[in-house]
Amino acid sequence: MARSLAVRILALAGSLWAASLIVFAVIEVIPGDPAAFMLGLNATPETVAALRDQLGLTGSLPARYLAWAGGMVTGDFGTSYTYKVPVADLVADRLAVSLPLTVYAMAISTAIALPAGLVAAAARGRAADLAVTGLTQLGVAVPNFWFAMLLVLVFALSLGWFPAGGFPGWEDGVGPALRALTLPALALALPQAAILTRVMRSATLEVLGQDFIRTARAKGLSRARAVWRHGFRNALVPVLTILGLQFAFLLAGAIIIENVFYLPGLGRLIFQAITQRDLIVVESVVMLMVAAVIAVNAAVDLAYALVDPRLRR
Amino acid sequence: MRASLALGGALAGLAAGAALLSLVWTPQAVDGIDIAARLRPPGGANLLGTDHFGRDILSMLMVGARTSLAVAVLAVGIGAGLGVPLGLWAAARRGGWADALIGRAADLVFAFPSLVIAILITAVAGPSAVNAILAIGIFNIPVFARVTRGAALALWTQDWVRAARLAGKGDLRISVEHVLPNLASLLIVQGTIQFSLGILAEAGLSYVGLGAQPPTPSWGRMLAEAQTMVALAPHVALMPGLAIMATVLGLNLLGDGLRDRLDPRLRPGAGA
Repeated sequence: MARSLAVRILALAGSLWAASLIVFAVIEVIPGDPAAFMLGLNATPETVAALRDQLGLTGSLPARYLAWAGGMVTGDFGTSYTYKVPVADLVADRLAVSLPLTVYAMAISTAIALPAGLVAAAARGRAADLAVTGLTQLGVAVPNFWFAMLLVLVFALSLGWFPAGGFPGWEDGVGPALRALTLPALALALPQAAILTRVMRSATLEVLGQDFIRTARAKGLSRARAVWRHGFRNALVPVLTILGLQFAFLLAGAIIIENVFYLPGLGRLIFQAITQRDLIVVESVVMLMVAAVIAVNAAVDLAYALVDPRLRR
Repeated sequence: MRASLALGGALAGLAAGAALLSLVWTPQAVDGIDIAARLRPPGGANLLGTDHFGRDILSMLMVGARTSLAVAVLAVGIGAGLGVPLGLWAAARRGGWADALIGRAADLVFAFPSLVIAILITAVAGPSAVNAILAIGIFNIPVFARVTRGAALALWTQDWVRAARLAGKGDLRISVEHVLPNLASLLIVQGTIQFSLGILAEAGLSYVGLGAQPPTPSWGRMLAEAQTMVALAPHVALMPGLAIMATVLGLNLLGDGLRDRLDPRLRPGAGA
């Protein structure tokens, strides 16, 4: 176990390193000089050179990579050209919106998908199953930002239950903040819930065909109890993997949904940074997102091995 | 599941037909601005109503279908064109360094969601339909590589592959002449799925302004423009969304139906 853990950690570090090389290389090939861009057309070469120096744009490629990558590891993500504040502070501010949003969406998606998939599997081929399967077909076909607009139309503009956009911040208490995040989280959760329901359904069907379910039934457990006690837990293993994969999609999906609802999260930050050519912000935020995806998948891999002894090598 | 094949084919065919028809005919011109006719509800001369510039929404949707389908088709082309050979190569050299390298690289690309790839490309080259194609296409490469490798591995253990080997054929010829033809149905199904995901991704990218640029109509940007007047004229926001949903649903049903038709072994729950 200790050996396999070491191998996993090495693989994780390798992936992060390779990803950082890609992000750095892409940003490096961008034509144009950020320093010249920031100072405008009237800047003298001397002031541009001074700013280049200040921004760390001088020096060889390897030296700049080392400085940037070293900073990422130690939590120094550089300074935003436009905001003139450390990128780490910006990211921390925005994460206070994006992270709760992602977790909220995952919670909604799981809360819908696990029971729905279980019910569909238990009612295989009957009306409940067909209804659930049909809804999942719709769920994966609906663009989530469009679903978000429909939610706004119904629950914000017509009924007035939730705000149509914006974020009050956490200072005014958890209630208003969660209210502002509810529609975005729902929109974000819909396609993921549909996918997760399908996985849960097929995983449960798979488990229900196993001998130990028949044994449990033979011991006198009712069908429902057998499904609940023995089927549910065993079906969770594939579901866990998909949940990890979905984190990547939620993170990316949040970029779009944040724009629908004008939420000041990482997604909005990255778009503003692109339009303002604030490349340090783009570089660091993209790297953080990719690192989060890699780390979560590695964690799921590990959790998997802990949950299912058969998968330990 | 004959019904899903028929319904899926009809919906996907409708989108493709609308896109093709728009090359020669649309109910009305899409480049004319007619403020007097703005935000008309569906009915009359404008079957689906007009948008905030008085443009006919049905005509816009037909032209927009072109953008969506072209981006998604080309992205699938990139993904399959590069991913399938890589997958075949990995399977032919299973366990070797090429296999390991391709596997690792696929893992790595999966860490970059297509939207993040699009953001990176946009930061470098600016937003355009071509960059949307690249972003979605790059993400498709590891998908096709994985699927191809997985299925090809099973084929390599077959007796007729061994027979081909004994006949003196090399890895390349076996891959092309014996493995690839047997993957055709699987790849068609996967292509349909990636096609529908591509439509969704393109809509998302053009919605946030990273896809096709004005004046090229696209479903995603129609939604972005409709957003501010969703309360005033809901139909402007409803129609493009319905178009996306119907196309994606159609392609997904088509994929399911084709899977059942082409290869019964791929049917969920079959076999075991």
